Amino acid sequence: MNKTGLIYGINGPVVYIKGNTGFRMSEMVYVGKEKLVGEVISLSSDTTTIQVFEETTGLRPGEIVEATGDAISVTLAPGILDNIFDGIQRPLSEISKISGAYISRGVTVNALDTSRLWDVHMTAKAGQEVSGGFILAEVPETKSILHRVMVPPNCSGTLLHVAADGTYTINDTIAVLQLNDGTEMNLTLTQKWPIRVQRPVNARFAATRPLVTGQRILDTLFPIAKGGTAAVPGGFGTGKTMTQHQIAKWSDADIIIYIGCGERGNEMTQVLEDFSKLVDPKSGNPLMDRTSLIANTSNMPVAAREASIYTGITLAEYYRDMGYDVAIMADSTSRWAEALRELSGRLEEMPAEEGFPAYLASRLSTFYERAGMVRNLNGSEGSVSIISAVSPQGGDFSEPVTQNTRRFVRCFWGLDKALAYSRHFPAIHWLTSYSEYLGDLAPWYAQHVSPDFVDCRNQIVAILNQESSLMEIVKLIGSDVLPDDQKLVLEVAKVIRLGFLQQNAFHPEDTCVPLLKQLKMMEVILYLYSKSKALVTMGMPMSILKEGNIFERIIAIKYDVANNELEKFEQYKKDIDAFYDQVIEKNA
Amino acid sequence: MSIEYLGLSEINGPLVVLEGVQDASFEEIVEITVDRTTKKLGRIIELYEDKAVIQVFEGTENMSLQNTHTKLTGHPMEIALSPKLLGRTFNGVGQPIDDLGTISGIKRNVNGSPLNPVSRKYPRNYIRTGISAIDALTTLIRGQKLPIFSGNGLPHDKLAAQIVKQASLGDNSSDEKFAIVFAAMGVKYDVAEFFRRTFEESGVADHVVMFLNLANDPVVERLITPKVALTAAEYLAFEQNMHILVILTDMTSFSEALREVSSSKGEIPSRKGFPGYLYSELATIYERAGIIDGVDGSVTQIPILTMPNDDITHPIPDLTGYITEGQIVLDRYLHGQAIYPPINVLPSLSRLMKDGIGEGYTRADHQDVANQLFSSYAKVGQARALASVIGEDELSPIDKKYLTFGRAFESEFVGQGEVENRTIETTLNKGWELLRLLPKEELDRINTAILEQYYNAAE
Repeated sequence: MNKTGLIYGINGPVVYIKGNTGFRMSEMVYVGKEKLVGEVISLSSDTTTIQVFEETTGLRPGEIVEATGDAISVTLAPGILDNIFDGIQRPLSEISKISGAYISRGVTVNALDTSRLWDVHMTAKAGQEVSGGFILAEVPETKSILHRVMVPPNCSGTLLHVAADGTYTINDTIAVLQLNDGTEMNLTLTQKWPIRVQRPVNARFAATRPLVTGQRILDTLFPIAKGGTAAVPGGFGTGKTMTQHQIAKWSDADIIIYIGCGERGNEMTQVLEDFSKLVDPKSGNPLMDRTSLIANTSNMPVAAREASIYTGITLAEYYRDMGYDVAIMADSTSRWAEALRELSGRLEEMPAEEGFPAYLASRLSTFYERAGMVRNLNGSEGSVSIISAVSPQGGDFSEPVTQNTRRFVRCFWGLDKALAYSRHFPAIHWLTSYSEYLGDLAPWYAQHVSPDFVDCRNQIVAILNQESSLMEIVKLIGSDVLPDDQKLVLEVAKVIRLGFLQQNAFHPEDTCVPLLKQLKMMEVILYLYSKSKALVTMGMPMSILKEGNIFERIIAIKYDVANNELEKFEQYKKDIDAFYDQVIEKNA
Repeated sequence: MSIEYLGLSEINGPLVVLEGVQDASFEEIVEITVDRTTKKLGRIIELYEDKAVIQVFEGTENMSLQNTHTKLTGHPMEIALSPKLLGRTFNGVGQPIDDLGTISGIKRNVNGSPLNPVSRKYPRNYIRTGISAIDALTTLIRGQKLPIFSGNGLPHDKLAAQIVKQASLGDNSSDEKFAIVFAAMGVKYDVAEFFRRTFEESGVADHVVMFLNLANDPVVERLITPKVALTAAEYLAFEQNMHILVILTDMTSFSEALREVSSSKGEIPSRKGFPGYLYSELATIYERAGIIDGVDGSVTQIPILTMPNDDITHPIPDLTGYITEGQIVLDRYLHGQAIYPPINVLPSLSRLMKDGIGEGYTRADHQDVANQLFSSYAKVGQARALASVIGEDELSPIDKKYLTFGRAFESEFVGQGEVENRTIETTLNKGWELLRLLPKEELDRINTAILEQYYNAAE
């Protein structure tokens, strides 16, 4: 018999129970007659405090609160991919079948479809000694992803019985495990895991492989490693969501968990519509086949917003345990922090900066530390990368959420209002952004792309930095008075900005660019720079260099050279040589 | 038969505390009778066993700890809905104030429920407003929430009225099932009157539902006004299959009312004294726009807010911008140049625009033209900054061209008459006219083929 208590007070999403109820911290509870889902967030000898994940309108003091005995958990089994859930893993499409277009309260639905039959291929044999993480069976969950059914962590023993290959629901027993203490345990396709607890791993190791996104400014200038963390801060309208969509679509992660945390409903609908139509370039199947969406839109209850981030990362860790590279898009962690603030305010806790609770930093750090490249319990390698949008108040990066996030992430892709206003997208500013993974990933780039890659990248960055200091002068006296070699730097920097950094997400070729093309583009731009520099050194003025259209043609490379026609780059080098000879010939 | 509770135990600003209540529920509406004559409505916002904290919508004037009778109604805030709402005027809590009698019909909880993202349909139909700066650069889409960020003294009301008068679907199809829900929160009498007159003059008065909470009406009432209005809008859109344009003005008054109540409750403030839940509160209003899959109607929102001190980073415009699908920003400098509508296009944005324009919607070159205008106009700003330091005469020829372009853009493209209704063709052609002021090689955002097709095209 589970423990119960009676509601004493209600304040927004927070409910109080008088007296010592014997509930446990983080325990899931059902509140009131409608059985609203809630979680215990604080206990004292005379009061139990509960946050409710649904609207509390209509609750009355004296209604019953029932403990479930379990912490707030997610259900882990086939069916997570190609699906959309709310903040506490309730499937939104099932909810819509029950309650129509609007989400009503107290809907009881199973997280995953319990009646669907899955094709299960058993890989374990009876008599085997197994421990947590051991792969029992394989289920083709979607066309793209093979779901590996594992022994839950913290369990080990001998398999007494293993079912035959066949079709099973997620609750059918597929094996019987005799634990080391002699008790028998039925294993199904399902396991449960509390969302606030990190799933155990064998070992963590340093990141050495990049998460290739096909976005030039990210891959080349500020790469993120698989298992890395990145923050995308920016005011409204600067393109946070767009950046996340692009990475979710084109990155080479195996699985994408997209968390819409306190964001717009239409955006989630868009992801759902687009990802069902768009084709994953790697597998040729719809992108939704490798994607799971968690939607807590901004008008859904605030407590579930707080939980949605943990739900997402737990799902990600589960797929990592199977040996996949998982990337989480968290849009936006500021909304999550604000949910913390709102609940903290309701609990009348002493605020720290700007009303945020003092534990903001520690919550952020525990979240980001759940990312990483790891060796799993079963020996496979997997990773969880976190890419989180941050929505700073007033676009001001000095506010607490951005500042605290900065401490715990290693990639910072700062979005810039001025760039967004002039429609330079992605509006990631090359001077404020950084990546600490550059050194870690340099060997990979040297080995897999070209030994020159990092060198080219550094030259490009150097030119952009020179441009920014020259612009200080130009702002005061105009560009006409600059010497020609400095004018050339401005001109080449313009080529880099327009031709390389700017990337058109709506152009079929330009939306995702392979690393080799990125390298070739850099090489051509740098080749043009070195040839032009030689001309300028010979005393040719910039006005003569600009007579032809070579600069414009290099800018247009991103559109003119398709991703599979890299041999065309040779022609551009020849054209630059011709341009060089021509200038000398005419003006010698 | 319900119990009446005599007296109160505490009155603090708009909040009163009632003790000894039985069987009250959270967010329940109560009726308070003062001196056995005046009736007021209140809402339970905190509940501890038998003690209820009640927010009184009509204000607590004349109330004492002894002279009140309080009655529980047993339900949250509700409004009666029927198609007869059209053409009627209500106060901020949804009671008729036009002497045409009460509305009878189905009753709905004004708090609404979140729309399931699975049931939504992504909005793609563009609405032609006839205003170049909006149609070309921040296109309004049916089902969008696109606020106007304005300042005191700027013509946001005129602009909203012009949009209402001229709005039509892109294909000019006639549209009888169109209606307007107008919610005023703490606006001046003149403003409400201006809108009423505009609706009458343009002959849409019988397709308008008005909810008025004027500047001298009770402050707390404002907190419920947008919710009442949106409940009516959702009913008309999703149950009567109408296309509803909701105008909410002024969201700043709404947010300030929220702050007032929050401080009476003794809550911990976050930025500028606003409560931490301002974002959630605004979101529950703005997110009630959209289209439901399989239903004919739609709710499009144009909230208007005045930025305190023209500061776009103030919490109200800031949080709004994070929720809404773009914004139209009005600018005092342009207003000072006698340019109407004074839309500053650079910070303005429509997030849904990209999927509702181009081939099949507007014209194939729309996106490119828009990008190029944005990009070129951003350069105008740089040229102007330089000109203010070294003087216009010293500028390079290309910078001078940008200055010419900038002036023409502001006066001819952004600027237009208050009754001028431009077609999308006119607007885009005007865009090309302006772009031709710049040399071809400066137009780096336009696809080469489109550039060839339009740049040299004869007038």
